[in-house]
Amino acid sequence: MVEGTASPYRILIAKPGLDGHDRGAKVIVRALRDAGFEVIYTGIRQTPEMIARAAIQEDVDAVGLSLLSGAHMTLFPRVASLLKEEGLGDILVFGGGIIPDEDFPLLRKKGIDRVFGPGTSLQSIVDYLKEALARRKQATDGKSKARKIKEGAKAAK
Amino acid sequence: MSDIRRLARRVEGGDLSAVARAISFVVDERPGSEELSSELYRRSSSVHKVGLAGPPGSGKSTLTGRLISYWRGQGLKVGVLAVDPSSPVSGGAFLGDRLRIQDHAGDPCVYIRSLATRGRVGGLTPTIFGAIHVLEAAGFQKILVETVGVGQDEVEVAHAADTVLYVVTPGLGDEIQALKAGIMEIGDIFVVNKADLQGKDKAVADLRRALAIGAEASPAGGWAAPVLATSALTGEGIAALGEMIERHQDHLDSSGQRSRRLKDQLRAEVSLYLARRISRSVEKRLTERHLSALVERKTDPVTLGHELLDARGGA
Repeated sequence: MVEGTASPYRILIAKPGLDGHDRGAKVIVRALRDAGFEVIYTGIRQTPEMIARAAIQEDVDAVGLSLLSGAHMTLFPRVASLLKEEGLGDILVFGGGIIPDEDFPLLRKKGIDRVFGPGTSLQSIVDYLKEALARRKQATDGKSKARKIKEGAKAAK
Repeated sequence: MSDIRRLARRVEGGDLSAVARAISFVVDERPGSEELSSELYRRSSSVHKVGLAGPPGSGKSTLTGRLISYWRGQGLKVGVLAVDPSSPVSGGAFLGDRLRIQDHAGDPCVYIRSLATRGRVGGLTPTIFGAIHVLEAAGFQKILVETVGVGQDEVEVAHAADTVLYVVTPGLGDEIQALKAGIMEIGDIFVVNKADLQGKDKAVADLRRALAIGAEASPAGGWAAPVLATSALTGEGIAALGEMIERHQDHLDSSGQRSRRLKDQLRAEVSLYLARRISRSVEKRLTERHLSALVERKTDPVTLGHELLDARGGA
């Protein structure tokens, strides 16, 4: 990678909770790979703690959560708040699965930037990520030159 | 204190989120990454590095998980760099090694990082050395580098590791494969994984036979590469493998080969750095006009190459 040119964004795709249906997650992984993202997939039945830890160690730009069991209102916000506790609130968290529309606003309030329901086109997810991550990068670049050196919550740990 | 220095200090304190950030700096070659690298390198010392090579699906990641457990049992802090291929088409990558190394997800003394090759062939990523130095600085006592599932002649891992494990499975080929040049030459320890499958004994015997022929032809510094059978699935043979890795490490020390290998690794690191820097600065000078001149055969690639290199020195 030549200095100054952008490195690929890194995305963690994770399946919290107990449902073992990960075909959807794998389709997303494949689509993101083909769109030029570096994608890490950690498999089914992950706890929010495992997901947050993987996100930290892999230094990802975004975490995508997939869930079909109905436990999204508990598990999705838990991942977002764990990341925040670690001082990594700037990692973009998004989700998808069998999730009723009426849950979207509350999830958003709890740190899930965007939720994709069944029938979403892969392209719209790719477009969303590219745009949201570019926006996020601009914002952090603006804040400080050494944008990614973060102190605070994590250092105290 | 500069931000980069602060990050370096946090890495040295073993803060895993700082380690993660520092590795991103180095592998992305972000501004400040060179300052970070020199800062970390000068203040740390080298650590025993184990490389895992072998064809896709031979069980390298599962074996990695087992080796982590083995070393954790000895109280060692373990850092893992797992490399998977980037797509030559999209530049994207699917990094799936972590999925098989889940047992240690909650262990603060284990750090696992997935890396993409980003266009380099040879089983590693060009900035792997920088990532290794970050782990050295963070106080990891064993570093495991898992390469992409390599083919026959992708031997780069020998430049990044002190002890190279070459992993195969039963049914992959007879001793004729083992006589070919390339990857088979760089293994310090050969592992027939998936020993729970049929054909283990034949695979072990074939490899031993082929390696014995090699040992007669060219004795390799007093170390005859052993062949071990393991089952990463059941855990069979892992302790013996762990002990063999230690024995190889002792051999490196007692034979004086450790420093030879370290120098070879550093030579590879410096030469990769030079190649990147020089080609970057020289390629910038290659213009459309040059290419047209080549098309019209007014010059040739070699002459043009010389001119570009010379211009770099002069300007």
